[in-house]
Amino acid sequence: MIYRAKSSHIGSVFSCVDILAVLYGKILRLDPARPDWEDRDRFVLSKGHACAGLYAALVERGCFPAWRLDEFFVNGGRLAGHVTHHGVPGVEVSSGSLGHGLPLACGMALAGRRENRPYRVFALLSDGECDEGSTWEAALFAPHHALENLVAIIDYNKIQSFGRVKDVLDLDPLGEKWASFGWNVREIDGHDTRQIEQALSAKPTRAGKPTCIVAHTVKGKGVSFMEDKVLWHYRTPDADEMRLALAELGEN
Amino acid sequence: MRGAFFRALMELAERDDRIYFLTGDLGFGVAEPFMRKFPSRFLNAGVAEQNMTGIATGIALTGKIVFTYSIANFPVLRCLEQIRNDVCYHRANVKIVSVGGGYSYGALGMTHHATEDLAILRAMPEMTVVAPGDPMEAHKATRAVAHHDGPCYLRLGRAGEPAVHTSDVNFRLGKSIRVREGDALTLISTGAMLKTAVDAAGALAVKGTSVRVESMHTLKPLDTDAVLAAARETRAVVTIEEHSIIGGLGGAVAECLAESGELRVPFKRLGLPASFAPVVGTQEYMREQCGLSVSPILEAVEPLLESMHAV
Repeated sequence: MIYRAKSSHIGSVFSCVDILAVLYGKILRLDPARPDWEDRDRFVLSKGHACAGLYAALVERGCFPAWRLDEFFVNGGRLAGHVTHHGVPGVEVSSGSLGHGLPLACGMALAGRRENRPYRVFALLSDGECDEGSTWEAALFAPHHALENLVAIIDYNKIQSFGRVKDVLDLDPLGEKWASFGWNVREIDGHDTRQIEQALSAKPTRAGKPTCIVAHTVKGKGVSFMEDKVLWHYRTPDADEMRLALAELGEN
Repeated sequence: MRGAFFRALMELAERDDRIYFLTGDLGFGVAEPFMRKFPSRFLNAGVAEQNMTGIATGIALTGKIVFTYSIANFPVLRCLEQIRNDVCYHRANVKIVSVGGGYSYGALGMTHHATEDLAILRAMPEMTVVAPGDPMEAHKATRAVAHHDGPCYLRLGRAGEPAVHTSDVNFRLGKSIRVREGDALTLISTGAMLKTAVDAAGALAVKGTSVRVESMHTLKPLDTDAVLAAARETRAVVTIEEHSIIGGLGGAVAECLAESGELRVPFKRLGLPASFAPVVGTQEYMREQCGLSVSPILEAVEPLLESMHAV
């Protein structure tokens, strides 16, 4: 998709695609035939720039046909380069400006709690958007309101737009920060599908707390020349790079 | 208007359990009845308007009608991108309520002067923008925005505005209320300037000028029929608003008139200068400083009336 559309953010997609695969393959209680089902689990992709991964996951889950992926990032297309719900079945909310997703997820989780609904709400955040004040407003809010049906997953690949997180605006110790705000924190290898599945399916270890999963990831994971490089926040692979990348990923 | 809003809100919440009320830590002394009566639908989000607006959207997307409440610029400007991307783009059923439009909090200083909100929110896709003119309109506007499916902004004055309407009025979003009949000049007012507009019309009538007054409580969608009728049926149009002269009621009416082909009618916008107020003071004082009281309004319309006589 990204190669064909000459778009960017492939590194950001590869750092969270294992998480998306586990979410849509194993975790989320959804019914593609009933997108408005009241008790469906909600997923908020707060790092909306990684939408190519989400659109692909939605196709795998049967939300819309694969041919529609051709609409990604092209003239007249409806699959925008930051995730949109307009005309895209299965997308819960749109995002693209950082720091919006966790408040939205908090609202859904609060309504679920107050109305005694069984659904859970998952939000996937980038590390860069932990710079945003609104993320921390929501981080303060969720434990105060005991949103135990809320899971925030931070894709901690340690690279943001213009450099390494530790050089731009250091977040460490990230897990301790969330824990001190009152979250039940788990730190996992964000590419180990067994660890991801276990963390996402676990109930909170202490009732009344939202869960924060700090997923340690690698930007550009799976393609040696893309791994851990800020360049692949932006660059579109050329034909040679595309061939090499597909070979490394074991795809044709 | 604040009291009228809360009365209407209580009535709505009584009848419809989808009504939620979120505040950014304001409403001391007025929001408690709602909090006590409907605790599961009340939320004090804290001093965190961005989060409050995102949360309101999240709740609304589960099928609720969510009011967000704060004062002056806080529920609007502080969280403008949440209003645009979250509320408007999702067409969420969120009703943003600001108490303290214009110079309601004139003495509190620049931060509390809500003087660009109408222009900014008028530009937001999907947003309905409402600024009622007196307590009765505020009560009816609260009900109307709750029943309207989609994002709304409700700009209120403060507490204790005078009642302008003495008998029941038919309040419909997007439909101006004709408060006074006249054929020489139309004063179109929005928000809490209505009383001043009516008083100015009364003073002009004493001098023999017949003035129509329209309460344009809905800025968007604008009642273009009422604007064009004013241009056709009366001989001059003047807008009055406690808002920057840029982009609010005057801007909206000017756009309508300019594209209508009926431009020949003399037209004037009365409002606040597009600058920060150099001083502070009571609402009444601040309005006078900006020419938004009866005698400066009479002075401002005088040249228009003269030009009509010249024609």
